[in-house]
Amino acid sequence: MENNIVITNDSFAKLEKKKTVEVSVERQSVWKDIWKELRKNKVAMVSVVLLAILIIAVLLAPLSPYDPYKLDASQKLQGISSSHWFGTDEYGRDYFTRTLYGGRVSLLVGFMSMIMTVVIGTSLGVFSGYVGGKVDMFLMSFTDIFLALPSMLLMVILNTFLKPGLPTLIVVLSLFSWASVARITRAETMSLKERDFVVATQNLGASNFRVIVKHIIPNILGPVIVAASLSVANAILMESSLSFLGLGVQIPRASWGSMLQGAQAHILDYPLLAVYPGVMILITVLSFNLLGDILRNALEPKIVE
Amino acid sequence: MPSQKKILEVKNLKKYFPAAQKQQLKAVDNVSFDIYEGETLGIVGESGCGKTTCGKTCLGMYPVTDGEVLFHGKNIHTMSKKERFAFTKRVQMIFQDPYASLDPHQKVYDIIAEGIQIHGMAKNKTEEKKMVAELLEMVGLNAEHAARNVHEFSGGQRQRIGIARALSVNPEFLFCDEPISALDVSIQAQIINLLMKLQKEKNLTMLFIAHDLSIVKHISDRIGVMYLGKMVELTESSKLYVDPKHPYTRALLSAVPIADPEASAQKERIMLKGDVPSPVNPPVGCRFAGRCENCMEICRKEEPQMIEIVPGHYVACHLYND
Amino acid sequence: MNNLLEMKHVAVNFAAYGGTVQAVRDISFSIEEGQTVALVGESGCGKSITAKTIMGLVKKPGKVMEGSQIIFEGTDIARYSSKEWRKFRGKECSMIFQDALVSLNPTMKIGKQIMESLDNHAVTTSKEEKKKKVIDMLKLTGIADAEKCLEKYPHELSGGMRQRIMIAIALISHPKLLIADEPTTSLDVTIQAQILAEMKALQKKLNMAILLITHDLGIVADVADKIVVMYAGKIVEEGTVREIFYHPVHPYTKALLNSVPRLDRDGKEMLCTIEGNIPDMTNPPKGCAFCERCPHAMNICAQYMPEEKTVSSSHRASCWMMDERAAKGGVAHA
Repeated sequence: MENNIVITNDSFAKLEKKKTVEVSVERQSVWKDIWKELRKNKVAMVSVVLLAILIIAVLLAPLSPYDPYKLDASQKLQGISSSHWFGTDEYGRDYFTRTLYGGRVSLLVGFMSMIMTVVIGTSLGVFSGYVGGKVDMFLMSFTDIFLALPSMLLMVILNTFLKPGLPTLIVVLSLFSWASVARITRAETMSLKERDFVVATQNLGASNFRVIVKHIIPNILGPVIVAASLSVANAILMESSLSFLGLGVQIPRASWGSMLQGAQAHILDYPLLAVYPGVMILITVLSFNLLGDILRNALEPKIVE
Repeated sequence: MPSQKKILEVKNLKKYFPAAQKQQLKAVDNVSFDIYEGETLGIVGESGCGKTTCGKTCLGMYPVTDGEVLFHGKNIHTMSKKERFAFTKRVQMIFQDPYASLDPHQKVYDIIAEGIQIHGMAKNKTEEKKMVAELLEMVGLNAEHAARNVHEFSGGQRQRIGIARALSVNPEFLFCDEPISALDVSIQAQIINLLMKLQKEKNLTMLFIAHDLSIVKHISDRIGVMYLGKMVELTESSKLYVDPKHPYTRALLSAVPIADPEASAQKERIMLKGDVPSPVNPPVGCRFAGRCENCMEICRKEEPQMIEIVPGHYVACHLYND
Repeated sequence: MNNLLEMKHVAVNFAAYGGTVQAVRDISFSIEEGQTVALVGESGCGKSITAKTIMGLVKKPGKVMEGSQIIFEGTDIARYSSKEWRKFRGKECSMIFQDALVSLNPTMKIGKQIMESLDNHAVTTSKEEKKKKVIDMLKLTGIADAEKCLEKYPHELSGGMRQRIMIAIALISHPKLLIADEPTTSLDVTIQAQILAEMKALQKKLNMAILLITHDLGIVADVADKIVVMYAGKIVEEGTVREIFYHPVHPYTKALLNSVPRLDRDGKEMLCTIEGNIPDMTNPPKGCAFCERCPHAMNICAQYMPEEKTVSSSHRASCWMMDERAAKGGVAHA
């Protein structure tokens, strides 16, 4: 080893140290963290790509030359062809266009009810967890009731009584799914409010509002994102079920669920009519569920040696 | 130099927590002491002796069970919202865990500027930036650090950020709760030096809590020793080492290892028997009686009161009660 | 005295997120029979990994590198199979950890747990005999009512008692080497004093060697015979207790000794500090690892790793300051 050492005149002179700012990187921000974790996971990437294609296709639906609502008896129940990629339905409408428009409704319902679910659930959960005491006890009992209700049955009943339409559907779906989000956020808030950095902010004289907005909410984002992803899947599935029962979107509009219902009559002679929307639901729900699970793992605190 | 002006007066402070089976955990039981302007009062004791609870109650982070804490003569537990807000500007705290005490999703700038924003101390954004930069320099970091995320920093650097946050509102009183016990030896010295330097520069009054007797002795002017929710001895830090009165203090001092093989070999050790009893059902009489080598009959029956045996030296022990 | 354990060129790498962490970088030291060796250093310096290596407990993503030799009583154990390791652990060498609560099974009575570790190695004896052995061991560790203690669960005991149980489990089959990884860090000083005193007494009685891993120099001064100072995965200095405490050579050792306030000294002067932080071990500096923080750093320190030099037969250190050419360069020997 001695052989490799080259001694120069100034080898033993005092070292001029550069003032360096030493910084050790441990963790990225939540969003970067999520993206990094997703990049590593093949299943996650497939899910993301599939969802991206679906969303883009659905957004581009108006480019289709066919009117999704115009009936044309002469074209009814045609098979797959170069002009009708998915064939046509029993009223002669292009099934590919119908599927795209149906996807618009399904995804819209999914995202809108997810947003409502997350907003209601997070606000209630954070408020309940932060205030604590009797308020918390009351709010959480209320939440538990919602978790215990037979939601499908009640959704059917509510949909029957209320004016049918997309807004009703979204509200009803959110009404029965915020409770689990509230539970999660409440538990996170409870543990966060005891943490030193929150105590330190309170010691500085910060208002409760400031503490919640600046310190609690950014720190519960991880679990909320997971819940949001799962909630989209859940909403799409519920919407399909309701539409299948004829309680969802109203004719002539279609969603994947109501298309399944329409395909029932021809399940023996034209089974493909059921397959297309069915596969779409499957892909979307599966992708969101997988993403949710992967995110849950990605956001779990990692053990660092 | 410490003056004779009392900043904080703690009078017969009691803090009980509810425990299982409707019992009470007596974390702090009838503790009294004063803190004078410009001094550092250290409180030592083993885990579970109530030193942190005592400090946090003094800052109004817990309500009192009984007794009172006066800050400049004003009871901090009966303050109005407005008074309380003003109090937060004058009294600040440094935490034990430099990882838990900084919000992982914030930039250093946001953390340090928070107090300035809350108390409206800067006229505009430019002034705020200047103040943050000054604070960073003051704690031995540089202004460029402000734009970084907290998680990029090591424990010692994080503790410096925590100190900068506490000092951002220009407090006069600083409560340090084991500020170095989570750090490495070489980093501990950096933080202790920083705290001592800042105290001198800003004429801070400090309440310093730690279990490491040598550190507390190094930084404090006076030291209070706590055992099982009670203050057993309180005196100047140099006196405490030379002439400890309470048998527990003596045992505690003798148990501290000294980083010198010869001194260590010569040192006489008082081995304490057994463990600290539970604070849920503390023993009647003197709480230390069961482990004390000088235990007398009266110790098991009657609780010793804190008395001043020489000016400035307070002990709660029947040995000095004649 | 014979060498019980000899570590020769031991290196351990950890595959991590941002690259390979070189946790232990080519270290060599030895432990004699019945000797207490203290491995001193700050967190992340590789001292705990070194201990795990001796116990064969380095698991993936960690890897003991080729060329590492761990010679225990003349046998190289570095390439032991997992079966051989199981036989080795407990019988030849035992380990106690910082946190006794996580090391004990919370759902099992103390007596059963100690008995179990006896079953793993010991010659088959009757149940009565085993129980007697366990009770004797507990008494040796300073537990007064050992019989009662056997029937208790870990959570019913205090921290000090749990650490005693850990020691009893570790020592029940009379190992020749006890590795104590920060055994008293989570305990209070008065309890720490009890445990250390008992460990010393036990060592004499059972004639075992102890490898004590700690950052507390006070404890080291109290119990160790020999000190090994580690920094950034390397041994920077090694010597007897007196040599290290009274004649330290390496700037890191000196700084470490000066940075702790002494209870027996007065004065409120500033403490000596080591500025800066530990280097990134995924990309360790090519020269001396301490160079960045060293007050005496020279140009050569940043370029080449210093070689180990002997100060006395028992005292070695790695620092360019010890090179005879260093003084000529104009830097005063501090």
